[in-house]
Amino acid sequence: MTEHQTERTITRADLSESVYQEVGLSRNESAVLVETVLEEISLALIADDTVKLSSFGTFAVRQKNERVGRNPKTGEEVPIKPRRVLVFRASHVLKDRINQKHTETKA
Amino acid sequence: MTRSDLVQKLAEKNPHLMQKDVERIVNTIFEEITVALTRGDRVELRGFGAFSIKKREARSGRNPRTGETVSVAGKTVPFFKTGKQLRDRLNGKDASDGDDD
Repeated sequence: MTEHQTERTITRADLSESVYQEVGLSRNESAVLVETVLEEISLALIADDTVKLSSFGTFAVRQKNERVGRNPKTGEEVPIKPRRVLVFRASHVLKDRINQKHTETKA
Repeated sequence: MTRSDLVQKLAEKNPHLMQKDVERIVNTIFEEITVALTRGDRVELRGFGAFSIKKREARSGRNPRTGETVSVAGKTVPFFKTGKQLRDRLNGKDASDGDDD
């Protein structure tokens, strides 16, 4: 936390570029494939399937019941409808890799 | 769905690609996300969601069984926030418009 490196935001374009570099498809096809990966994961989740990506993490859909919420600004009570939410649980491998790096730089 | 199911699906949709290339594509994507997070970068995939890290300060916790105070080291945890479009799609809304986070 003492020294602040400049943080970047990685986007689809970066992922496509990596696929392009790594696999040697055209830039356009690489972009389409990145999109297809995200879309297949989305479709599985929409179909209520859990998506488990080993050494990365698990995406799962959770059903939330209706509850009474409150508008924090006005204090007014508003019903929150039952809904489905996506939860991501990082795998241990991912957690460990993230921590390793950060404890190294901290020391 | 597992990683291999995902690879299978993509391979079916892309018959011109070798299965091992499809595997490399999938691995490349998740490896890049992982490496970005280890650098402290954020990964923003509009319509799908955003991966980021959150720092947890060191704190003193307590062993619930013995009541003994133990110090818990600070750590960094990965975090995922679902994108608006996917959130809507999960709830049967087709949000093809609007801005997304």
